[in-house]
Parts: sequence; C-alpha cells; structure tokens
Amino acid sequence: MNQTTTVASLPATKKRKFKLPQEFSILLVLIGIALIFEVLGWVKRDQSFLYNPQGLLIMILQVSEIGLIAVGVTMIIIAGGIDLASGSVVALSAMVASSFAQVVGYDRAIFPSLGGLPVIIPVLMGLLIGAITGFINGAVIVKMRVPAFIVTLGMMVSARGLARYYTGGQPVSMFTDDYLWIGSGSNPVIIFLAVALFFHIVLRYTRFGKSIYAIGGNVQAARVSGINVGKNLIAVYTIAGVLSGLAGVVVSARAQTGQSGMGMGYELDAIAAAVIGGTSLAGGVGRITGTVIGALILGVISSGFTFLGIDSYLQEIVKGLIIVIAVVADQFRKKRAS
Amino acid sequence: MSKVQQQENSSVSQQDAEYMFVAERVSKSFPGVQALNKVSLKIRPGMVHALMGENGAGKSTMMKIVAGIYIPNEGQLYFKGQPIVLKSPRDALGKGIAMIHQELNLLAYMTVAENIWIGREPRNMLGLIDHGQLFAQTHALLSKLGIDIDPEVELGSLSIANRQMVEIAKAVSFNSDLLIMDEPTSAITEKEVEHLFRIIAQLKAEGKAIIYITHKMDEVFQIADDISIFRDGHHIVTKTASEFDHNSLITAMVGRELSQVFPKEDVPIGDIALSVKNLGLKGVFNDVSFDVHYGEILGVAGLMGSGRTEVMESLFGINPAKEGEIRFDGRQLKIKSPADAIRSGMALLTEDRKKTGLFLSLSVGENMQIASLPDHCNMGFVKQSEVDELCHQMVGKLKVKTPGLDEIIENLSGGNQQKVLIARWLLNHPKVLILDEPTRGVDVGAKAEIHKLITQLAKQGVAIIMISSELPEVLGMSDRVMVMHEGKVGGILSRAEATQERILALASGM
Ligand SMILES: Nc1ncnc2c1ncn2[C@@H]1O[C@H](COP(=O)(O)OP(=O)(O)OP(=O)(O)O)[C@@H](O)[C@H]1O
Ligand SMILES: [Mg+2]
Repeated sequence: MNQTTTVASLPATKKRKFKLPQEFSILLVLIGIALIFEVLGWVKRDQSFLYNPQGLLIMILQVSEIGLIAVGVTMIIIAGGIDLASGSVVALSAMVASSFAQVVGYDRAIFPSLGGLPVIIPVLMGLLIGAITGFINGAVIVKMRVPAFIVTLGMMVSARGLARYYTGGQPVSMFTDDYLWIGSGSNPVIIFLAVALFFHIVLRYTRFGKSIYAIGGNVQAARVSGINVGKNLIAVYTIAGVLSGLAGVVVSARAQTGQSGMGMGYELDAIAAAVIGGTSLAGGVGRITGTVIGALILGVISSGFTFLGIDSYLQEIVKGLIIVIAVVADQFRKKRAS
Repeated sequence: MSKVQQQENSSVSQQDAEYMFVAERVSKSFPGVQALNKVSLKIRPGMVHALMGENGAGKSTMMKIVAGIYIPNEGQLYFKGQPIVLKSPRDALGKGIAMIHQELNLLAYMTVAENIWIGREPRNMLGLIDHGQLFAQTHALLSKLGIDIDPEVELGSLSIANRQMVEIAKAVSFNSDLLIMDEPTSAITEKEVEHLFRIIAQLKAEGKAIIYITHKMDEVFQIADDISIFRDGHHIVTKTASEFDHNSLITAMVGRELSQVFPKEDVPIGDIALSVKNLGLKGVFNDVSFDVHYGEILGVAGLMGSGRTEVMESLFGINPAKEGEIRFDGRQLKIKSPADAIRSGMALLTEDRKKTGLFLSLSVGENMQIASLPDHCNMGFVKQSEVDELCHQMVGKLKVKTPGLDEIIENLSGGNQQKVLIARWLLNHPKVLILDEPTRGVDVGAKAEIHKLITQLAKQGVAIIMISSELPEVLGMSDRVMVMHEGKVGGILSRAEATQERILALASGM
C-alpha cells in the first residue's frame, strides 16, 4: 500500500509525456480564424485569402512590429508588471534613430553635419532610447514602489510628447540605403523571429528567465529564495524598452520616415497578443511561443478584414470581441482540464 | 455507540435519518491522479468526526466535495436523509454546510467584520451596507465565541493565529449544521487550540456535526468521537475513537508500524556556526542573543507573537535588524537581503508557506530548484537535467506524492507542498538551516521521515535552528531549547533541563 502511495506517479508521468503543448488550443484558434477568412474570401471575392503571398507578407510585417514589443511585454507581464509605454517609445526611438539615419548633403536634415553615418549609429541610438526609457520605468517601479501601471502610463504620455518635441512635430525622412535595408523585404520578420527565439530560450533555459517567473508568481517567496527582485525587474523593463526601441528602428526603416505618431496603440495590441497567447495578467504564467501566435491571430484578423473590404470601425469592434473570446476560450479549456 | 458502529459496517445503501450527512461511493479524479475512489462516509449529528490519513490521501478533496467546491465524478450525497446535489459552495452554504479551509482564504485589506459577512452584509433601507449593524453583529458573534478581536481592524494586520480564529468565526456565522474544519490548528498555538475546542464543544451541544481533519494525534483523541481513515484515495475504516489507540491509529494510516517518532541521535557538537548578539528591531524584538553550533539542533519555542519567527526572518535578511551583530564562523556579517544570507550558507524554511514559500503557478520542479539554481548554472543557463535529477531524488527521499516534476504545485495536497519547500532548502546544502514549523501539515509518517532527515543533517555537521509550536517536537529533537517571550529571549535550556513545564513557564514570562 505504502509502495503505491509513493510510486503512484509512474504511470501518470508517462501519460503526461504525451500532453499537447499549451499553445495547441490557441494555435487551433489561429488556424480556425484563417480558414474562416479563406472560406469568406472565396464566397465574397472569389479569391484565396491564404494563397496570397503579397497580402501575407504585409500582414507578417505588421505582426513583426507588434511582435517585437509583445515579446518584451510578455516578459514584463510574466514578472507581474505591465507596460503601457511601448507604443510611445516606438515613436520616440523612431524619431531619434531617424534623425541619425539621414543621407549626406540633405539640407533639411535634423543634423545637417551628421549625414551619412554608418547604420550602426542610428540603430544603437534607437536601442539606447528604448533602454533608457525602460530603465527609468523599472527603476521608478522598484526604487520608489510606484505601481507599474502608473509609471508606464506616465512614460507613455511623456515619451509621446518628447517624440513630438524632438522635431517640433516634423517627420524625418531621406534615410541612407543601409538604414532602409533594415526595413526592406522580409528583414523585419527575420529580426522578429530571431528576437522571439532568443527570448524564448532566455525564459525557458536561463536562471534569469526562471527568476522572472518566480517574481511574477510570488514576489515575497522569490525574495526569500534569494532572488534579487529589484535587479531582475529593472533588467526586464530595460530589455522590454530595448525591444520597443528596436521596433521603432524597424518601423521607421520600413516606412522610410520617422513620425511622432508612429506606434499609436501598439502597446495595447502587444498586451493583447500576450494575453491571447496565454500569458496571465496575474503574473507567473506565459510563454513567448503563445505570444507569437497571439500576435499572428491579431494580424490575421485585421488583414482578413481588409481583404474582405470590411469597414475599419467594424474591424475594431470585432477585434475587441475576439480578444475577449480567445481569453474566455482559454480559461474554459483550463477549467475543463482540471 | 456500538449499535451505530454496526450500522457503519453494514450495508450503506439504507439511508438512515440518524445521520446528519452520508456520502456514498464518491469518486473524484484529476488528470493523472485518482484522488478518491468510491469513498463512503457517515457523519452523526452532535459528534466530531475526525478524518485522518497520509498527505495526499484525499481528505481535503473529499471535504471540498462535501462543501460543493468540487463536483464528484460519481457517487451520491445525502444531507439530513435527503439526497443532495451541490453545484457550488454557495449551494452548500445555503443547505447548511460550511468549511474552514486548509489554506486561509481571507481578504487582507478588508476589516474582520467585512471578511466574515462578505456577500451577506446587513443593509439599511437604502440598500446600502449598514456598517453599524455589521460591526454590532460581528461583535456579538465574536463574543459568543469568546474571541477577543476588534471587528473593525484590517484583517491583514492580525497574526496568522488570529486570522485563523476569524476564519473559524466566519464558518460558524453561517449557522451551519455541518461544519468542516481542514487542519484548523496547523497555524495556531496551544492557547487558541484550547479555545477552538471550547467552540467545538459548544457547537456539539447545539447538535451540529463537525468533520475535523488533522495530523495531530493528541488532538484526535481529545476531541474526536468517530475516526475515519483514508489512504490513497480509499476509505479504509471508520470506528469510534475509543476503539483506536495511538499505535493502531498510526498503523491504519500508514499501513505499517512506525517505530521511532523522534529519531534524535547524539552527535558531536562542533564550533559555533552562527552567533547572534543583542539583535534588535524596534517594536518587534530586542536584545536577542544566542549561538548555534555545527551539528547542533537548537529548538525555538514560544507563543505565537513572541517574536521567534521575526528574529529568524531578520537573521535571514527579510527584515534586517537595526541593532546588534551577527557572526558567521566568527566573522561579522552584514545581511541585507535573503540573497546575502543564502550566499553565506544559510537557508530558511518560512512559516507561512503560501505567502513566502510557494510559487503556486509554477511546477513542483521549479518550486524545488529555485533557490539552488546558482549552483547549477553555466553562463546563466540552467543545467536542467542535472537539477531535475536532484529533484527526482528529493521527491523519492521525502515521498512527495505528485504525478511528476512538471505538475503545478497548486494541485498538490498541503502536506506535499510543505515537503517540496523542505526539499528546496535541502538542495541548497546550507551550513545553517533554519526551519520555521517544518512539519506543519505533514502526516505522521512523513513527519518521522523529516525528523530523521534533520537528524542526519545535524550528523553531517549542519547547524539547525528549528522553531516549532509542537512541544513534543521541540523536546524530542533539540539539543538546546531557546524560549522566546514578548520579543525577548526568556531563557535557553539544555536538553536535560528542557521539560514541557519549564518551557511553558518561560514562554509565558514566568
Ligand atoms: N486541483 C487538483 N488538481 C490535480 N490534483 C489534485 C487537485 N487537488 C488535489 N489533487 C491531488 O489529489 C490527491 C489528494 O489530495 P488532497 O488535497 O485531498 O490530500 P489530503 O489528504 O488533504 O492531504 P494533506 O494531508 O497533505 O492535506 C493528491 O495526490 C493531490 O495531488
Ligand atoms: Mg489536505
């Protein structure tokens, strides 16, 4: 009897091995939505939604921009926080990076004497802007114990203001070819996938990643377990900031212009992507793979609607609904599993 | 008595109005676990029915079914002779079944009164909450139960023991006929235990039935009328308490005899590991001085609120002390955070496992390895198979009942969660191991295992500080006993000097 109590695990462990990955259900949702658009495409336009390389590339490019931010925000949410500033940081870093990416001899350049800089300079400037804003977010949250919601809300407003102030609201353009290359073809997609893969590995296989889950799961227990909560949180916010900065570079390179209105509302799409992908706003739960799928779902929905020529206001209504439905469905699945 | 007993053993199909509550062939399974397998149970009114069994035997699961929290896969429940179907805790409360949970479920930022009456607050004519009435009826309830707590204070400001008393008062406030108590005494001291027992006697006299889950043998014999034993999801036997004795009860629970309860061995005491001088934290404790040697087990006794937990948390850097000095291996040490303490070779199993121990959303493996990851990393990457192997060994050694390392820890029974936390610190190979209530909620068999482990560690030269509210545990395991009283060291007794009476006298300041 006693034997069975302690070794009771064996058959169960085996069964567990065959368990489907957590992302499976959300992947089904993605496929389902895509198929619905496929059918509707044939019905309404007599055209395939999925077999449409041009349309799909545009969609994936958009997904990549939101996705870059979403990777960072996923980590922040897992750590028990939130980031509302990412969209504005995209704009700010896009402006700053753009101003260092202009060609030689363009007389209306922001820094006329700094034309034709090597591409690494604007890129690093964009990332630096992201790092600074992220670091400020993290430091204020940790050191002054202000809720993340408030701090990043403040940063959202200020960073947007700063982006406008930087050029007095003027857009920046005339970029070097090297800078434009970043946003050309499928490069943004490659950058996004590389970043997603990198942080997927960080979250799953490094001590830093595990500490983030622990902090989001139970801050006090994390501290008692010897985790330096403050340092890790600041690192997470800084990383997320860098990713927003990177998104700013990519966005401006792809659009061939830096504008202070860029990234508007991206923060909410990024949060939605994370949550649809199974990241719990309560902290301690979430995966990058889920977030990638979540971002794809959002992308498929908006490009699907555009494809069908549906009114953009209606698009937003349905997008909102689908976000909630996706999360409810996920909750339902979790409940049924237990 | 014996007539009832006979019926217990005979066919269960006939529904007897004599019973307050009957469960018939109830089963419940979770993914990978058959938690209950055709369990039948009969509860008499005006009696205390104790449920006992090893960690993970299915006691809490059974009671959650009775309280409407889980829906059984099969089986039938009868309440006062009528078949009932419970779909939610609300259903159960409405019918007159209330439960005190193993894990506290109260809201820290609301007042005691709000916590007790949440969802049932008295309203005034405008339909708004009538706070005067709310506090008045809370006051009446608490004084009827003899509990001395201000209804208007925030719950979070109370000690765990007092929070537990509030939870008890809340359950009583439903005026239920069947009251379930899942390990109600695991977080309270003798004084509150006595108090609880008086409340239970009062309830019994009113004809209410009480189901009482505990791992404490002395309690069972003190208050139980009937005892049911669960093992591995099966109901093994139900008898009246007088038909059991200590040994037969243990044998029925663990399925074998348990020889030695406190396997304390005398081991050579080494040098001073940790030396604490005049440690103080304003308003919490002051002038605390003690040493602990390598190979020694220093027991720490004292009433709830005497500052014993706070001293250890402070030593460990959770709330660093403002005054005094700490020496480790003779060198003075500044410990500003738990990370510092761990780095210098300390480990602390905290008292409140839900608040400062568990990562409920993470897996058993992740919970176990979190504190020792620094030892198993290569350039920041965790050597996963290496740590997992160690975790597997711990699961076996501590007999943690879990479907696997990747089970979410929230799904483990309370006692098994405790074992995972113990494993967390053992994996860290500390030089000084501080254990705050190490065997809380752990079954008798596992308790003996943990005691054996502590003894082994001492033998290997680890310095051990063990806080415990269970005097037999302190007396049985300690080389010396430090007794705390109102934030001060009341006295330090050698193993020879330490007796129950002397500890109690020092603990109460005499
Ligand atoms: N929600 C759940 N999901 C999965 N498994 C569960 C869940 N709740 C309980 N279990 C499993 O069911 C079994 C019985 O658990 P239960 O909590 O009833 O034990 P218990 O007898 O109360 O133990 P303890 O004395 O440690 O409190 C355990 O193996 C536990 O892991
Ligand atoms: Mg239990």
